[in-house]
Amino acid sequence: MTGFVQTQPIAARTAPLAARYNLFRVLFGDVLSTVSTLAILFAVIALAPKLVSWGMLNGIWTGEGAQCTGVGACWAFLRAKYPFILFGIYPPGQYWRPIALIVIFVGLTLYSLPPKNWKTSTLWAWVIGTVIALALMAGGVFGLEAVPTDSWGGLPVTLILTVLSLGLGFPLAIALALGRQSDLKAVKYICVAVIEGIRGLPLLSLLFIVSILLPLMLPDGLKIDKLLRALVAMTVFSAAYLAEVLRGGLQGLHNGQGEAADALSLSWWSKTRLIILPQAISKVIPPLTNTVVVMVKNTSLVLIVGLYDLLSAGRAALADPAWPAPFAETYGFIALIYFIICFSITRYTHWIERQNLFGVNR
Amino acid sequence: MRRRGLAIIGVVGALAACSPAPKPVNDAAPAGKAGSTLATVQKHGYVSCGASQANAGFSLPDDKGYWRGLDIDMCRAVAAAVLGDQDKARFVPLTGQQRLTALQTGEIDLLPRTTTWTMARDANGVNFTFPNYYDYTGFMVRAATGATKPADIKGASVCVQTGSITEVIFADVSWRQKLDLKPVIFDNVSATRQAFFSGRCDALITDASSLYSVRATQSKNPDDYVIFAANDEANPLTPAVRHGDDQWFDIVKWVFQAQITAEYLGITRDNVDEMLKSEDPAIRRLLGVEPGYGKALGLREDWAYQIIKQVGNYGEVYDRNVGKDSKLKIDRGLNRLQRDGGLMVPLPFS
Repeated sequence: MTGFVQTQPIAARTAPLAARYNLFRVLFGDVLSTVSTLAILFAVIALAPKLVSWGMLNGIWTGEGAQCTGVGACWAFLRAKYPFILFGIYPPGQYWRPIALIVIFVGLTLYSLPPKNWKTSTLWAWVIGTVIALALMAGGVFGLEAVPTDSWGGLPVTLILTVLSLGLGFPLAIALALGRQSDLKAVKYICVAVIEGIRGLPLLSLLFIVSILLPLMLPDGLKIDKLLRALVAMTVFSAAYLAEVLRGGLQGLHNGQGEAADALSLSWWSKTRLIILPQAISKVIPPLTNTVVVMVKNTSLVLIVGLYDLLSAGRAALADPAWPAPFAETYGFIALIYFIICFSITRYTHWIERQNLFGVNR
Repeated sequence: MRRRGLAIIGVVGALAACSPAPKPVNDAAPAGKAGSTLATVQKHGYVSCGASQANAGFSLPDDKGYWRGLDIDMCRAVAAAVLGDQDKARFVPLTGQQRLTALQTGEIDLLPRTTTWTMARDANGVNFTFPNYYDYTGFMVRAATGATKPADIKGASVCVQTGSITEVIFADVSWRQKLDLKPVIFDNVSATRQAFFSGRCDALITDASSLYSVRATQSKNPDDYVIFAANDEANPLTPAVRHGDDQWFDIVKWVFQAQITAEYLGITRDNVDEMLKSEDPAIRRLLGVEPGYGKALGLREDWAYQIIKQVGNYGEVYDRNVGKDSKLKIDRGLNRLQRDGGLMVPLPFS
């Protein structure tokens, strides 16, 4: 066997053209693209007139249930029911309170998006904002009428469950992920057991456990609010999943980082807080936001434990015998709200990925 | 509804099997619950009742989030009797699986939520008061077929939801009456309904109250469909309370009795004030003009007056929520007073 070593340098070639975005090439570049483009075009042309006549031309925009005859979309139903779908069984005179909660949560989220706002004061703003928002919802303070959580509903419940399960789940997830890496065997195995135990259970069964088994096991007289019970289940669930995502970040970190910190004789706490976690977390921001999107959608499962989230409120609105139950319109409306939330999160992920945080290359 | 019962028995059974120290649900007594239910309700200032998430005619919040329905009015009547205000009632939306647990653990004081009175439930920690609605299993068919009884639909295909007690009843009916019905089975409620309305089967079988609600909400023209009973069995939907508090049990029973008796005596929301001046001893006893009856229950003497004034008699409650004045338009049927051929029996009010 003789080896071959090229002695001549490789001939110079022109750099490949930057791939230009050519719409025609994308749509009709080869046979497969052409066929699929034509098929989709045909489907759109075939369906569009039906959709337009159903949704626009024959749509019922105003009026009562009797006017919705099933020929067109019954938008009048959404017009009459949207406050109920958005706020559930919350007392109508007090709608400004759930609206305030939505504004606080959305405002804080928007403020927290740019990395330059990732600082301790933002964290405090979240804590204070959440407490104020929940106090406004619950009432009984500042002379507000008390509204029990049984009367909370709609979008605020969806937001509360999302924000709190992730907000409380994240610190728990960090503890679990670090614990799983720990040299202390007991800590390590407890964390592994918790993470794998919860990941092995469907969220539905966790919700059933907290809503049906837990109350029976508690001592007499000790009652835990239904919303709080669901929140606990969702928090531990999101913590287990977030912990596994964070583990990816921790394992992806070069050993040299920790060793260098040790060489500088940083304490374990300082090393973890200043060196390990910032790099590990910034590595896994895309999968973290993916978990966030999943948790937003998971909140709709609380339907089965009798909480009035966005989806349950929509279904309750549909049960009104005065209307012909326009399922497509109602579910479309709810889907649109979920889509707006989830699509914004994925766009944000794309943006943050390009920010090249902490000089980490991906 | 009965299908959920099985699920509950399953959950309770599983509990008994695996919880290390199963709580003795049978004597979840007021002793451990800081006084009687009546005292708790008076202390809180509201009655807490189990509601469904959405069940038209029985418990459903309206556009304003105000709960309405036959079961809701049962709770409001208790609030009116105990606290003098029908709006001092709170409703906890519960699923079929949660409802009995919620009652046994004291999360709610009263469970008026289309719950069938069965022996297993009665023996396992709850007390059933009086049925406030007798349901039955029914068929819905297209009016054009001219069918009005099961015998008219021999050989028909019937949309059935699998896993429900209705499936068992369907098989029984078909076998006993030799109808040779063909089941078309679906695994969820909405698919079953859709299949019927799109013409996949000749008939739809389920609880009659749901059939009326489906007909009112999901058919293009309700008059195109007729509903009739599948057999002669009644399904008593009964408000329940916890074991171990006899006083509260009595109060809820007599709140309902007061509404039936008021209908029997012709006392309505509109004429109750004039009736206060009545010479009829039965009316005087009911409305508390003749004192003593409220005290016996631990309530104020005007308790029944408040129920009738604020909520109405049983006939008014029925008509408003599920009967002729509602969208559901369910025939009174078995829910008539005994005098009129139904099963609602006014007990001696003396």
